[in-house]
Parts: sequence; C-alpha cells; structure tokens
Amino acid sequence: MSTELIIATVLGGLTIGSALMVVLSHHPVRSVLYLIVTFFLITANYVLMNAQFIAIVNIIVYAGAIMVLFLFVLMLLNLSKEDEPRSSLFMKVAAAMAAGVLFLVLFAALKDAAIIAPQLQGPHDESMGLVKNLGHLLFTKYVLPFEVSSILFIAAMVGAVLLAKRDKQIIE
Amino acid sequence: MSVAQLVPLIILLPLIGALINGTVGKKLPKAVVGAIATGVMALSFGLALMVFSQLDKAVEIDLFTMLDTETFSLHARLLADNLSVWMTLIVTGVGTLIHLFSMGYMKHDAGYYKFFVYLNLFIFAMLILVLGSNYFMLFFGWEGVGICSYLLIGFWYGDFKNTVAARKAFIMNRIGDLGLLIGLFLLLFNFGTLEYSELSAAIIGSKVDLSTILCGVTLCLFIGATGKSAQIPLFTWLPDAMAGPTPVSALIHAATMVTAGIFLVVRSNYMFELAPMTQDIMLYIGLATSVVAAIIAMRQNDIKKVLAYSTVSQLGMLFVALGMGAYTAAMFHVTTHAFFKALLFLGSGSVIHAMSDEQDIRQMGGLRKKIPVTHITFLIGTLAISGFPLLSGFYSKDEIIAHAFTHGTWLYVALMASAALTAVYMFRLYFVTFHGSFRGTHEQEHHLHEGPPSMTVPLIVLAILSVFGGILNLPGIWLHNMAHWMSHHFEHNVAGLNLIKHTAPEGNMALMLMIAASVMSLVILVVCYLVYGKKNSVPVADAQLKGWEKWSANKLYFDELYNFLFVRPAEWLSEKGSHYFESMFLHRSVVGVGQLIGKSGDLVRKWQTGRTDSYILWMVLGLIGLVVYFLIYKYY
Amino acid sequence: MVLATIFESGVGIKFYMLLATALFVIGAFGVLYRKNAIILLMCIELMLNAANLLLVAFSTYFGKADGQLFVFFIMVVAAAEATVGLSILVLVFRNARSVDIRLFNKLKD
Repeated sequence: MSTELIIATVLGGLTIGSALMVVLSHHPVRSVLYLIVTFFLITANYVLMNAQFIAIVNIIVYAGAIMVLFLFVLMLLNLSKEDEPRSSLFMKVAAAMAAGVLFLVLFAALKDAAIIAPQLQGPHDESMGLVKNLGHLLFTKYVLPFEVSSILFIAAMVGAVLLAKRDKQIIE
Repeated sequence: MSVAQLVPLIILLPLIGALINGTVGKKLPKAVVGAIATGVMALSFGLALMVFSQLDKAVEIDLFTMLDTETFSLHARLLADNLSVWMTLIVTGVGTLIHLFSMGYMKHDAGYYKFFVYLNLFIFAMLILVLGSNYFMLFFGWEGVGICSYLLIGFWYGDFKNTVAARKAFIMNRIGDLGLLIGLFLLLFNFGTLEYSELSAAIIGSKVDLSTILCGVTLCLFIGATGKSAQIPLFTWLPDAMAGPTPVSALIHAATMVTAGIFLVVRSNYMFELAPMTQDIMLYIGLATSVVAAIIAMRQNDIKKVLAYSTVSQLGMLFVALGMGAYTAAMFHVTTHAFFKALLFLGSGSVIHAMSDEQDIRQMGGLRKKIPVTHITFLIGTLAISGFPLLSGFYSKDEIIAHAFTHGTWLYVALMASAALTAVYMFRLYFVTFHGSFRGTHEQEHHLHEGPPSMTVPLIVLAILSVFGGILNLPGIWLHNMAHWMSHHFEHNVAGLNLIKHTAPEGNMALMLMIAASVMSLVILVVCYLVYGKKNSVPVADAQLKGWEKWSANKLYFDELYNFLFVRPAEWLSEKGSHYFESMFLHRSVVGVGQLIGKSGDLVRKWQTGRTDSYILWMVLGLIGLVVYFLIYKYY
Repeated sequence: MVLATIFESGVGIKFYMLLATALFVIGAFGVLYRKNAIILLMCIELMLNAANLLLVAFSTYFGKADGQLFVFFIMVVAAAEATVGLSILVLVFRNARSVDIRLFNKLKD
C-alpha cells in the first residue's frame, strides 16, 4: 500500500461522496457548493497525475467562472427550499434504476478491457503536463480547433447577450 | 379436299359463326344472323358428308401439342373414324334442322343473336367432344357443352326459375364430371396416356390382368356418363332443363349432349368389356332409370316434361344395351332417337308456338285440325318412339330387346315393360293434345296457326328420317346384303368394336320377338285411343290424384329427397360456416388487424410525452441498450 | 521529480476508469432525478468533468499530451454551453415563473 494509492483512494471516495451530495441535497445553493467542492477534488486528482495546466484551468474556468455563473443565476431566480420541485416516486425509482443499470453495464463493459501497458522508453517524462509542452502541442497540431473555438465563444457570447435582453430592447 | 383438311374445317365453321354473330350480331338484321348460323351448320354438314363418303381407314389429324413433359404429353389431335364421323353427321345434320327451326321459333325474341351464338358454340364444343382423338379433347368438349347447356337453359334469365334450373343442371353435371376426371387421372396414372389409339393398343390383347384397374376406370367414366346422360341418381336436372327454349331441348337434351355419355362408353368399349362389374352396374342403373322415368312420365301434364322423362327413359334403355355389350345397337338407337326425339321436341315447340306459349296439355285438345303438319309429324314421332312396326324406332328398340332376350328372360320382360310404358305415356300425350275438343281460352283458339316454313320443313325432314331410318341397321331377316349395315360400318375401323361377339338371336327367334313387340305396341295404341281419344278423358288436376298417380305426378319425390339429403345440409353448413367462420373469426380477424394497429398506435403515441425529463430518461435507457449491444457483440 | 507518475506506484488505470464511470453515472442519475433546471445543467457539467478526468488519466498513462489538450477543448465547449443554457433558462423563468422542467412539455406538436 503505497502512499499514492492511499491518497488516490481517499480522494476518489471524497469525490464520489461530494458528487452524490450535489445530486441529493434539497437546497439548490447547497448543491452548487457541493459541486464546487467536487471540482476542487477533481483538481486534486489532476495534480496527483501531474496535469498541472489542466488542474489550474479547471479551477479557474469551472470552479471560478461557471460555478459563479450558476450561483448568480440561482440568486437571481431567488428560489427557496420550498420551490424545489418534487418528482413522483415512480420517477425517482426509475431514475435510480436507470442510473444503476447504466453503471453496471459500463462497468461490465470496461472491466475486462485489455489496456495495453505503454512501452516506457527511458525514465518517464513527468513534464508532460506542463504548460510549455501543452502550449507547444496546442499551437502546432491543434491550432485549427483552437481558432475555431474562438468563433464558438463569439457565438456563445452573442447568443447569451441576445437571449438575456428584454424583448423591447431588441426591437428597438 | 382430303379428310385431314375437312375435319378441322367442320369444327371451325360453327366457331366462326359464333364469333361473327357474337361480335357484330347485335347490329345485323335477324334474318342475316339466322342465315349465318344455319348456313355455317349446313356447310359443316355438307363437309361431314364428304368426309363420310371418303373415309376408309381411321385418320388422325394432329393440330398442335398442348403439353409435352417427360412423363406424358397432351396433344390437340382429331380422330376421324366411323364412330366420330357418324356422331358428327348426327350433330351437324340434326343441328342444322334445329337451327332452321329456331329461325322461326325465336323470331320474336330480343336475344335472337345471342341464341344463335350459344347454339353455334354448343355445336363447336360437341364436335370437339366427338372428334377428339384423346380423352382430354373429349373432356374439353364435355365441359364446353356443359357451359353452353347452362347458358341456353338459363337463356331467359329474367325469370329466376330458369337460372335455378340452369344452375341445377350445371351442378349435377359437375358431380358427374368429377367422376370423369378421376377416371381420366386413373387412366393417365396407369397407362401414361390419354390417346384412344395408344390405350386400345395397350389394353386390347394385353397379357396383364387389368380388370381391377379397368373396373375402377370404367366406373368413374360411368359416373361421368350418368351426369351427362341423366341416369339415376343424377337425372333430375333434365326435366328442369325444359325451362330453356324448345330448340335447346331438342338439340341438347334429346339428340346430342345427353348422348355424350353413350358416346364415351362406346368409345371405351374395350375397357368396359374387360370390366364386367361396371357393365352390370350400368345395366341395372339403366334399367332402373328407364322404368322410373317412364312411371313419372305417365302423369306429367307439361308437354315438354313428358318428352324430357321420355328422353331419360330412352337413355336408360341405351345404358342397358351398353351394359350388355351391344354397342352398335346402342349407336343405332342413338341415331333413331335423335331423329324422332328431335322431331317430337320440335313438334312440341310448334304446338307451344301455336298455343301462344301454353305448355299444359290439359289446355290443349283437338289440335289436329288446326295445325295439320305438326299433327302428322308429331304422330309419326310418337309412333316411332312407341315401336310401331317398320318405323325406325321399332328396329332400334327391337335390336336392344333382342339382345336382352339372350342376356336373360327377366331383362327381356323388364325392357318390354319399359317399352310398354313408353308407348302408353306417348300415346296419352298425343291423344290428349291433338284429339278431343279444345280446352283452352278463346284467345289461344283464335291464334292457333301453323308455323312458318322454317318451322315446318325441319319437322317434315325429321319425320321422313324417323320413318325410313330403320334401313341403317336392319336385322338379318330380310334384305340380307343390306342387313346390319351400321354394325359392319362401325366395326370397320373403330377400335375394339370388331372384337365384340354378336349375341343377338337370329332367324326365327328374332322374328318372333319382333312380332311380339309389334303386337304390344299396336295393342297399346288401340287401348290408348279408346281411353284418351274416344272417351275424351282429360287428365285431372294434380290435387285430385291419389295413389301411384300422385307419386307419378310428383316425380316420385326425387327432388324432395335430394333437397332433404343434399341441399338442406349444404345450406345449413354454409349458414353455420358463414356465422362461425366468417362473422366470428374471419371478419373479426380482418377488422381486428386494423383495430390492433389503431390501438398500438394509441399506445405508442403515449411515448411522446413532450416532457423533457421523460425524454432524458429514454435517452439514458437507449444509451444502456447501446452499450449492452456492443458488450454482447464483443463477446460473441 | 517529486511526483513520479502515479501509475508507476500502484494505482491502476482501472481505478480511474471506475472513478470516472461512477462520477458519470452520478451525473446521469442527477439529470434524471432532479427537476430543477439549474441543478440539471450542473449535473451535466459533472458528467463532462467525469469525461475530463478519464481523458487526463489516459493521457498520463500513455504519456501523450493529446488527451489533456482535448480536455482543454471540452472545457471550452462546456463553458459556452453553460452560458447559453443559463441565459435560456433565465428567459424561460421570466415566462413560466418556475424552473421545474416538468412544465416544459411543449416538445411535441
């Protein structure tokens, strides 16, 4: 039982726990907070795997921007605990069963998957996750998706602004 | 022209006549339609005479091959031997006279051209029947005449009774046809061919014991013959068939179609000779039919029905002859019967025409002065059928009776009884119709007149033939070099007939039999004259009859019996079947399919809720399904 | 370096596969279970993160950086999608006065 294994296991357990709390808590704000915790834990996982860039970006983008956005909207809608919709027992059971079956099926599918261990040439390069290497790859091999994603952002921004405006303003 | 060229032409001419009249006959004037139909018939008769004069050895004329497989083949082939040519002469000769008669009889009918189309078609089918060289051609003609008989019996289809009669005739024929078909299948199965020549070569003089096979085959053929030739139990259609116009009765149900059964047996004589069981059955059934029909005819009051039952009775006698193996005697009687029965039917048609379509003899009487030609010819016909000495019927009947004498005394007595009954009801018919005082309405009396020459000329011709037709096959008592001309003629080139031994008594025995028969018929003539002619006794109404007379007038309740045995169960079955099978099962399953689809559509429609969460659930389920599929795919 | 690759010290790749699958399924469960539209979108984000986790794990396992780059793009798309989704949600809330997705039943006809 190496240190890493213990740490990884604990981290994994905590991640699953907080994800469950996201789904199961009744208060929407609490769900958001739990999700932020989940993101932090996932970031910890990334750090464990030495994916430094992704870890930081995860914090910045997800926990920092997207979750804040969710919180904003939640505050804006001003929903309280009583407004939380309740679904029928049938739907709850159906959802639980469907999810359970999905897990079992995926697990069964992946359980016996033969993953070919990589051939390690020389000492392993842990600097793979560093910004420099990723940036190098980004701007050479994946430069086209990179540029296209900027168009995606523009579309999203325009769409978001347009949607959130009041109708009268659009007509004017 | 040679025989091989003439014979196809003989068959084709009536077909051409039918086609012309069928396509443009509606627009042509009635005289032209009749002239085409009758002219075609006369031409065929002329050509048949030419063939008759030229023919020596049997000629086979190959037309085309219908079916050629490894195991058997069917050919459209014609056979011209003395038997088929003789039948052709009868069919075309008597047919021409009847066509001529119809020109006058049907003149006021709206379906004039249709009538002649059907008549010509009938002749075409009948000619194929007699001139074919294999059983398939015979069967083809057999069915053809059945169809034409149906069309012609139900000619006046406006009256539903006529269509019922036509249907009855067709269905009863069909029952017989089933027997015929089975016989043909048996022939094909056992001998691999349907050709007359091949079959006669295989069967005559065969070393193998074929009697069981042939018993089966001949029995089936005989069943077919009972249907077509109206024997017990399939005879009740013939009296009902009188619903058709009188020329139809004369042609089809007296002279030609009903003799098809006889023709079939004569054609297959070598088979029947090797199947004694069938011959016995034929004899008994023929005898029974002959007597039963004669009894029924005794108290019938429709002029055509009496003649119809008389036909059934004569056909019974013919089957008795066939049962004894007297094939040429049977053909002789067929010939003379064609003459005088056609004469009698046409005569009755003339009477009906004169009486403004009245057919009940109780309304007639004293017609001899008003329609003399019809009267004289009808009298001649009656005398011929009753076996009046030296007329044609006398010779032909006497030959059959003579054969019966050698076969067994009981048969002789039975046949004499049947002949006596024949004489009685025929003379009854004659005297009631033509003697005494007129019993009809004033309207009818006013319109009594002889028909046009187109109607009287055939009557006269047939009367002459009825008188002198006996020459064809005189017994060996006088004119030795001319005697038995017909027998020799047939034995000359018809397969099988030359091997049959003659069993009729000759010499003094024959003379005594002839005298006995003559005496009987003369006595009956006198008695009937006294009862019906002089005393002017009118047949009483049906309601007042008692005892055997009531049974006779009600046709021995055969129709009621068949109705009880066959028709009612069939109707019950169809009703139950209609209820249980159709409305409960079939209808429901058909409608049910539609309803099923509707209901399943309703069910499926519920799937589209329009709700997001429901759709998401189904998406997840679909994803599960997909992964499961790939799992299974990977492992298998 | 301080941290050797985690896969060289006993943690199998199967562990991360299981973890990612579990997170994904929890996200799917949340999508089916919760009727609040905002929470729904959050659970979708959770599912996306599960995919990210697995991608990074494999990328580290095989020593190729392509996986982590793909994660980068997934985050791009997730951000855009969250943005637009939330704006739509706000609009709908203005009309329906509720975020219960059972009320959004106009998807047929």
